Amino acid sequence: MGDADLTQDLRERVQEAVEHKTRLRIAGSGSKAFLGLPCEGEALDMTGHRGVVNYQPSELVFTARSGTPLAEVESILGESGQMLPFEPPHFGEGATLGGTIAAALSGPRRPWTGAARDFVLGTRIINGHAQVLRLGGEVIKNVAGFDLSRLMVGAMGTLGVLLDISFKVLPKPRREVTVAHELSAAQALDKLARWGVKPIPLSGACHWDGRLYVRLSGAESAVAQAQKQIGGEVVEDAGRFWADLREQRLEFFAGEAPLWRVSVPPATPPMEDVPGAALIDWGGALRWVRAGSAPATVREAAQRAGGHATLFRGGSAEHAPFQPLPQSLMQIHKKVKHALDPENIFNRGRLYTEL
Amino acid sequence: MPAHSFDKFDRRDTVTVDKPGLAQAMRAFLPEEAVLAAPEDLRPYETDGLSAYRQTPMMVVIPRSIEEVQQAMRVCHERGVPVVARGAGTGLSGGALPLPDGVLLSLARFMSILDIDPDNRTARVQPGVRNLAISQAAEPYGLYYAPDPSSQIACTIGGNVAENSGGVHCLKYGLTTHNILKLKIVTVSGELIEVGSEALDAPGYDLLALMTGSEGLLGVTVEVTVKLLPRPEHARVVMAVFDDVERAGGAVSDIIAQGIVPAGLEMMDHLAIVAAEKYAQCGYPTDAQAILLCEVDGTEAEVAEDIERVQRVVEAYQPSEVRVSRDSAERERFWKGRKGAFPAMGRVAPDYYCMDGTIPRQHLAYVLRRMQELSEEYGQQVANVFHAGDGNLHPLILYDSAQPGELERTEALGAEILKLCVEVGGSITGEHGVGVEKISQMCDQFQPDELEQFRAVKNAFDPDGLLNPGKAVPTLHRCAEYGGMHVHKGNLPFPELERF
Repeated sequence: MGDADLTQDLRERVQEAVEHKTRLRIAGSGSKAFLGLPCEGEALDMTGHRGVVNYQPSELVFTARSGTPLAEVESILGESGQMLPFEPPHFGEGATLGGTIAAALSGPRRPWTGAARDFVLGTRIINGHAQVLRLGGEVIKNVAGFDLSRLMVGAMGTLGVLLDISFKVLPKPRREVTVAHELSAAQALDKLARWGVKPIPLSGACHWDGRLYVRLSGAESAVAQAQKQIGGEVVEDAGRFWADLREQRLEFFAGEAPLWRVSVPPATPPMEDVPGAALIDWGGALRWVRAGSAPATVREAAQRAGGHATLFRGGSAEHAPFQPLPQSLMQIHKKVKHALDPENIFNRGRLYTEL
Repeated sequence: MPAHSFDKFDRRDTVTVDKPGLAQAMRAFLPEEAVLAAPEDLRPYETDGLSAYRQTPMMVVIPRSIEEVQQAMRVCHERGVPVVARGAGTGLSGGALPLPDGVLLSLARFMSILDIDPDNRTARVQPGVRNLAISQAAEPYGLYYAPDPSSQIACTIGGNVAENSGGVHCLKYGLTTHNILKLKIVTVSGELIEVGSEALDAPGYDLLALMTGSEGLLGVTVEVTVKLLPRPEHARVVMAVFDDVERAGGAVSDIIAQGIVPAGLEMMDHLAIVAAEKYAQCGYPTDAQAILLCEVDGTEAEVAEDIERVQRVVEAYQPSEVRVSRDSAERERFWKGRKGAFPAMGRVAPDYYCMDGTIPRQHLAYVLRRMQELSEEYGQQVANVFHAGDGNLHPLILYDSAQPGELERTEALGAEILKLCVEVGGSITGEHGVGVEKISQMCDQFQPDELEQFRAVKNAFDPDGLLNPGKAVPTLHRCAEYGGMHVHKGNLPFPELERF
């Protein structure tokens, strides 16, 4: 499929939907269809709206249309030795840039370099008035106007149609090494807390099946020095391990048991009150749990620790995937939704049934 | 010095307030000294860091607890009284400029660092805590708070959140929005909400991002949880001197293209160099056209490796001189001139006006040339200090406010410079915020539909327009008046609007 700017077609489709109050379901490749609540509506196919709009490696800024395949973006950046620093999971070959941003997904590098939302500099969107708006921009610093671009990240398409997205990108680390230590989860978390206050160039830390995997990234000398400092056994073919972790291809993720994503402060002790196998990512800040137990048990444990839980795979209308919001916050969410999508046409119910 | 008062700015009609009644309602839950209404008590609050704008507030209210903030907001909400929140008042865009018919809500008493959690690398602080005080409190744990606006010894974290403040190190470490986890906010109706979480993300919309940089238009920040980072072991600076600005700009782009992310990358032009050297005597060659300061940080070995790479890159752009700091004293000396650049301007001109535009770096040479032409056209000198790594220009327009018409001419030149930044794809503000200062230039950067979208979001939080009204987001009326309305295919947007 060739590059094309379908802004006008898409705008007309939205205009029509606004006039007839038709619900729209914004669709990319469908790689994240499992995430969130199912939503009804006419499909608004974004996959034809694709191509790079602007990329100057020395500006560290990259702009592409939302239907551009994520793999294509990564390959273009790779040619200039750069990357999307939030290491996004694809969850499918056709994954698009727009879906990645709408779902706010970030990979193992996230605690040290930042999340998807941290690298979004600007977006062009179609709002619920069928207006094309340019929000933010293509410069690294820009504090003019409300930060509506970042508001789009993780909104699951409920606030508007993403057209183009501008990112800050970064050079790929010159060297990466992964080492492993045989440790229990509690020991691993304790080590990570101690390393965390030191200037060690960490870029990944995952505990699974009695082993703590630690990735170091940076200048040759910095990685060598850190390797000496933290010890451990060097993991061969570690690129595959981190990719399998990111794409949920590790054995841990296989099978049909519900998969919980529990986001907590990193030093939270192993969550023994949540039964089920657990894998720790993000240096402790992300706990994947295979639990068949009642959603309330998982959510309450996450909340007690200062975080929240998402039923990432295996959710249903009865078991809402995202952590319910306090009433006061839900009221604000509804008003924000109304401010951008007054006719409530975009991805209704995908994030929460109320939105 | 002549100054603008608030009547210059657009907002809804001023309200008629029963001032004694309001004071009484506030004093029902606040002590006498926390409610100021006498003219001599109000004067210290008439301006923030942008002293060309002055306005005495109707009343100053100084709560000590979140509950008191909630009560004060409820009182104002019931009576339809507008509220401007204020931290240390160091802002440079007039964001904390009071209203003649409004309450100025000072958060100066919120000075406690509530908790430092070294295992999770976070600090929970009240909004009136100074930026630098957080890093000082975190120091025993080897941690610090990364954003370092140049006012960091005085500015408060609450103000940093309102403005999404940056600093010299934001190319590598990000702005405020990248370095906070959670906020407690009091809404316009006095409700307490939490956005963000102690974890790295939170369910629902990213209201943390929306609140950050919203300039007090959406709520009042009453508590902030920030991220702390391990302090880098080492830092060294390369100082490269050029007799040509464009070659210095070329070196900047090339450093970044080589895959180096410097901790700081700053540039100064001739006029700024001369002033800085006169002020700080830090050894800058005063015949230079540009000086580049490139700091790299990390472990000792890493810094050595990167310094060598930076040196190799800059050498290709024929610098007249390259120096590398050998120890921290020398590093500080290299920075001394740059850090003193603003006060240094005070020595060469009675007043200066600091701009804050950003541009894609590739247009640097064009923008500097064009700025020189504008400077000659207006007959006002412009010195440039530049966060070169992230394209954030701080042109300093020199003027003398005692000369009739110079302030107005300076502002007109400033507006032209910002328009130039927008023309090349940049922004009217990189880190100082819009406030009252750049409210008209918002009409240059955004289309009417976009401004209307901002207003709809504002209405979602504050339907009566009581939170910092008249700042940050202009009305379309104002844009029509300013003449910055974009005419598309000969059709005026919003033809139903009255124009002046």
